Amino acid sequence: MQNKTLFDKVWDAHVVHEAPGRPTILYIDLHLVHEVTSPQAFAGLEARKIGVRRPERTLATMDHSTPTRPGGLAIVGDAGRKQLEMLARRCAEHGIEIYDLDSPNNGIVHVVAPEQGRTHPGMTVVCGDSHTSTHGAFGALAFGIGTTEVEHVLATQCLLQYRPASFEVRFDGAARPGVTAKDLVLALIAEIGVGGGTGHVLEYTGEAIRALSMEGRMTLCNMSIEAGARAGMVAPDDVTFEYLAGRPGAPRDFDAAVARWRELATDEGATFARAITLDASAITPRITWGTTPAMNVALDEPIPAPDSDAARRALEYMRLTPGKPLLGQPVDVVFIGSCTNSRLDDLRLAASVFDGRAVKGGVRALVVPGSRAVKRAAEAEGLDQVFTRAGAEWREPGCSMCLAMNGDEVPPGHLAVSTSNRNFEGRQGPGSRTLLASPLTAAASAVTGVVTDARTLAGLS
Amino acid sequence: MKPFLELTSRVVPLLRDDVDTDQIIPARYLTVTDRSGLAEGLFAAWRSDPASPLADPRGAQILLAGHNFGCGSSREHAPWALLAGGYRCVIARSFADIFRQNALRNGLLPVALDERPHARLVTSLEEDPRLTVRVDLFATTVSWRDHLARFPIDGFARECLLGGVDALGYLLARDAEIAAFETRRGAA
Ligand code: SF4
Repeated sequence: MQNKTLFDKVWDAHVVHEAPGRPTILYIDLHLVHEVTSPQAFAGLEARKIGVRRPERTLATMDHSTPTRPGGLAIVGDAGRKQLEMLARRCAEHGIEIYDLDSPNNGIVHVVAPEQGRTHPGMTVVCGDSHTSTHGAFGALAFGIGTTEVEHVLATQCLLQYRPASFEVRFDGAARPGVTAKDLVLALIAEIGVGGGTGHVLEYTGEAIRALSMEGRMTLCNMSIEAGARAGMVAPDDVTFEYLAGRPGAPRDFDAAVARWRELATDEGATFARAITLDASAITPRITWGTTPAMNVALDEPIPAPDSDAARRALEYMRLTPGKPLLGQPVDVVFIGSCTNSRLDDLRLAASVFDGRAVKGGVRALVVPGSRAVKRAAEAEGLDQVFTRAGAEWREPGCSMCLAMNGDEVPPGHLAVSTSNRNFEGRQGPGSRTLLASPLTAAASAVTGVVTDARTLAGLS
Repeated sequence: MKPFLELTSRVVPLLRDDVDTDQIIPARYLTVTDRSGLAEGLFAAWRSDPASPLADPRGAQILLAGHNFGCGSSREHAPWALLAGGYRCVIARSFADIFRQNALRNGLLPVALDERPHARLVTSLEEDPRLTVRVDLFATTVSWRDHLARFPIDGFARECLLGGVDALGYLLARDAEIAAFETRRGAA
């Protein structure tokens, strides 16, 4: 038998039909739905008078345009409210479970499905959202799709796909203290570029990856799309199984499931179409300076002199000067949240910095938990107190300032350190300028008012 | 979906790499539950600059970009907005995976050109901004003046575009195979 990669095994187990010259029909185990990319798909079904094939394999949440101030649906603008109400109505009609604004499980789609134990190793997972790659942290094949494909999955539980190529991303060595999964993945994207993973599924391997928590692995896989990759995966191991054990959506016969999941790891001698090795021990905290996630440097590294039109335009937009490091750059806004960095681990990291310190005058700091469950857990530990005592805003869960659809925006021209995933022009509001970094860097910058390496703050190392 | 056979049109240059879907259509235009109002949001930030060729495409149906067009968010509103803005084809060096798929599913033709023909097209357009380009999906060629370049496209997507058929029909017709797969898996 041929040696297979993790990706090969998951793909092969989901092939429904293959015909020469035709894309593969791939079966989807878990379909996640949110309010923004699904309305036209449901409308398509209605126009064809067909139903949802597997409502029990579909899970909906409300996250993108939801308010992060208390008040729920009542305080959403008309257009957003219509979108949210429509999703709720359609889920009721089709028998789809929904984590609506009143649900204790509500939150960002890529936070809630893992924490409810719905994402399992070996599954195929899709959502009309590019950061579906997050779920690859469990050894699932998880990728974003467009609305037409959402309709395909609703109608048939299948997708038409061409087999992507495999790409091993190995992080050798141990990450240094204070260096997070966010820094590792930013280093990778700087190395291979925002189109470097196009057509590929990344498998993250190596010592530094094994050492990551599930939260860290989710951060890593989440950003795979920012390297252009179709998906990112981590082979499931004891860390994965411990995370899943006891969660509501975990398989009933858990031990049997674990035995199956152990078989998913890439076989010895299996080959990848491409491979790259990075030395995790050489990576230090990173931050973006431009308008793509690949435009990033170590905190103390000077912003490079522009070598392309894109870099020149990015610096002009960002109003930053090459030749100087970002350390010490004054900031206006700090956003800690998004499906990249809004889980309990991330909030603990941020709280370790905020504890006993205060947000610098003139800086607005916003902490937005990824879900209600994260919010409850953080409050049980008193993290909310740490944030609010420091002068940061502690909000209701949602995508919030990651894409600025819900009114949480970075004002024009303001510079934000953000733990989200995209520093595109205007992503956090028209004219917003975004520096992507880890929760540690973001929190450290909030308390000093300038871009700061958390490792240099007293009491942290 | 409207069939795509061939197209002859002037070209709007957007000679940047990594044009992301947040630029094509910013998130604040995504609260629609249908496909209305998207033309207004198309390249909203860049179009507000009157000097930008995007501001007034004058009926051009082809957009010419660089590498990795359509990266970022999976929003299908991006090809919808381009179509609403009158575009039927994007010529680029390369496309982001999800955007390419979304474009094909909507009859917006993504044409990836190799470095040399792409550079020639850029030069020709600089020489003559009113240049017309012909895109022939049947022959899978792009031609202008005395230049001719081939572009790759998968056979299935091409058939769907030429016939104006959407892929859901193909999937629905495979219901027996899907049911068999579910039975097989359920039994395992
Ligand atoms: S947090 Fe940001 S990236 Fe994640 S799903 Fe929401 S909008 Fe998308």
